[in-house]
Amino acid sequence: MASVNNSSNSSVWQEISTDFSGDQRVFQLSWGKTMMWMFLLGDVFVFSCLLISYMSVRITTTAEWPNSADVFSLTIGTQTVPLLLIAIMTFILITSSGTMAIAVNYAFQDKLRRSQFLILATALLGLSFVGMQALEWSKLIHEGVRPWSNPMGASQFGACFFLITGFHGLHVSIGVIYLLLLAKKLSNNHRQKPENRLSANAVEIAGLYWHFVDLVWVFIFALFYLW
Amino acid sequence: MTAPDTHSTYGPQSFWWKYIWSQDHKVIAIQYFITSLAIGLVALVLSWLMRIQIGFPGALEFIDANAYYQFLTMHGMIMVIYLLTAMFLGGFGNYLIPLMIGARDMVFPFLNMLSYWLYLLAVIILVCGFFVPGGSTGAGWTLYPPQAILPGTPGSDWGIIFMLVSLVTFVIAATMGGLNYVTTVLQARTRGMTLMRMPLTVWGIFIASLMALLAFPALFVSGLMMLSDKILGSSFFMPAIISMGQDPGYSGGSPILFQHLFWFFGHPEVYIVALPAFGIVSDLISCHARKGIFGYRMMVWAIVSIAALSFIVWAHHMYVSGMNPLFGFFFATTTLIIAVPTAIKVYNWTLTLWQGDIHLTLPMLFSVAFISTFLIGGLTGLFLGNVIVDLPLSDTYFVVAHFHMVMGMAPVMVVFGAIYHWYPMVTGRLLNTTLGHWHFWVTFIGSYAIYFPMHYLGILGMPRRYYAYEDYSFIPPSAQDLNAFITVAALIVGFFQLLFLFNLIYSFFRGEKASANPWRATSLEWQTPDIPPTHGNWGAQQPTVYRWAYDFNVPGHSSDFIPQNTPVMNEGKDHEIR
Repeated sequence: MASVNNSSNSSVWQEISTDFSGDQRVFQLSWGKTMMWMFLLGDVFVFSCLLISYMSVRITTTAEWPNSADVFSLTIGTQTVPLLLIAIMTFILITSSGTMAIAVNYAFQDKLRRSQFLILATALLGLSFVGMQALEWSKLIHEGVRPWSNPMGASQFGACFFLITGFHGLHVSIGVIYLLLLAKKLSNNHRQKPENRLSANAVEIAGLYWHFVDLVWVFIFALFYLW
Repeated sequence: MTAPDTHSTYGPQSFWWKYIWSQDHKVIAIQYFITSLAIGLVALVLSWLMRIQIGFPGALEFIDANAYYQFLTMHGMIMVIYLLTAMFLGGFGNYLIPLMIGARDMVFPFLNMLSYWLYLLAVIILVCGFFVPGGSTGAGWTLYPPQAILPGTPGSDWGIIFMLVSLVTFVIAATMGGLNYVTTVLQARTRGMTLMRMPLTVWGIFIASLMALLAFPALFVSGLMMLSDKILGSSFFMPAIISMGQDPGYSGGSPILFQHLFWFFGHPEVYIVALPAFGIVSDLISCHARKGIFGYRMMVWAIVSIAALSFIVWAHHMYVSGMNPLFGFFFATTTLIIAVPTAIKVYNWTLTLWQGDIHLTLPMLFSVAFISTFLIGGLTGLFLGNVIVDLPLSDTYFVVAHFHMVMGMAPVMVVFGAIYHWYPMVTGRLLNTTLGHWHFWVTFIGSYAIYFPMHYLGILGMPRRYYAYEDYSFIPPSAQDLNAFITVAALIVGFFQLLFLFNLIYSFFRGEKASANPWRATSLEWQTPDIPPTHGNWGAQQPTVYRWAYDFNVPGHSSDFIPQNTPVMNEGKDHEIR
């Protein structure tokens, strides 16, 4: 296809240079996948700004920052376990990344039924993550945490918590809807004309988004909950 | 691999689908143009009102201090974001990228349409801000907290909320557009169109779109946080403060954090406006001087390195905010380093003109005016980039003169030159040259008449953003005469912009019919089968590119220009570059 492109060179750098100097396309990717990568690059900057701002206000604020191990603890019976709910949520989200990766793998093997099942499983795990987040929000709101104040210390704690987890939760919710629509389209796929059928590529693009949302959570977990 | 482009050559025929809910990049570009010109006209009128107040204090009774600050804020915000950014990326980017790289459309036309409608929504929210109780915000275009959301600042009830919501909407619109532009340039070029054969216009808009994707998130996040501070009462940016004798209940926030976020967006924003102008002016100069651009590769790398450097200079806007002195040293150094690639560009434009076959057409006149105003504005930038020089000059009219020269007049000159250059391609008619010459000379001389005296006023110590200048012993009374002179010049220049708008409409109906390629340009947008290009741009087959966009006056060739899609006939004689 690419007439100027000739990627028979063995050296990686030569290949990169050939790709960049070729005509028609820089990356050997579909339009949709290139755009998803570009979008994620921008989204990295959105979450970086959020997290860096959070760290900045945490350092500069005058009141004491609440101890996250105490705030995010669950009492089961008489035992108080710090970060129990968050640990479960993190485990669920990382598991969902695994199911998504297998779904992409099956899509490339053209086993669409299995792929569709795993996409639905991923969406379900995502949904349970959002549900637990709602539980956590209501627990904190019940304990008096508000964006403008909280009984434990610096008011920015609540503001940062609601803004950052809310924005991430929004990403997960959009991802769940995205995956459900994808699964619905896949189930109708065999009835479509060949040019309208979804390819494995479409599943992989959704996978990119989902893995990104998981990766962001790892940073939020480390910087907001563990610090 | 991707599916081949399946757009039909036959676009929608009914009026609504063809011109209103269109997914054609050319129609979307025109929609962006008209919307940004309309809102730009509002900003122009606001600048008149401000100048009348400064030149002839009290002449218009409805301009009180509050109204003045509201005009000032809205003028700045509209001009930078809703006019220049939208016009360069949404207008020129949409129209020129697919045509110049030989594509049939943007890669995702529906997203492109959505981008325009969200932009329109952002503009409508912005305009609504004028009519809410308390009026639009008067916090200055930088919207610095704490004053932006506290009582006492005009529009602190509703105006600021409308402003922030409008900005957040604009960011989403710009992201949708920017993703399209970047992906189209990276992945949808026609056969033979390598990156290093792209016209510099495409390079400028491409890199600017990429910067928009990375810089706007900071504005987005700071907008959300300030909305939260205003509506929910959180304290991201708000320290404990007594405002008009009352405690608004904030504590422990950091106003400096907002400044960092804002300028992490704000400084790249300068180059989001400037880089497309750099690119377009390179093509105008090369075409109207009938000479290949001097140092094409250097021009590309200069654009890329300016873009990269512009992300690590933001705190030079904050020398007076209070920083560790070592930070000032770092940011002053990076700021001055930007002068190197910028100077390369100015030298290359000049060397392209050197011994060229210069045609003093309107696009060429505006291009030369751009080099002049950009050089003056850039040199004062070197003053302000140094901490020790900036401290006394900060917040004086010297700064106002600097940024109006470098990112106001200079890009606007390119906008005008580009419109005179591409109008025949869009409408099939030439703009009236008599009106055009009046427009050019008044705008060019007028921009010096307005902004040159401001440098002097700034060095006298006249502070910017003041509503009135009576009874300040350090400002001599004669400064008022200079201010009156500037106001008269501004009113005249503004009037001639209306003449330009009239020319746009008049020539659309009565202008001289243009030939298919009136400027004998080489780049692909003039080589379409129909001028103006129709839906799908290229008829049955997309073009193949054999050469760069600057084959003017090639030795041994009968015509003085060779279009990019002309095959290389005679190896050796017809010296093909790249």
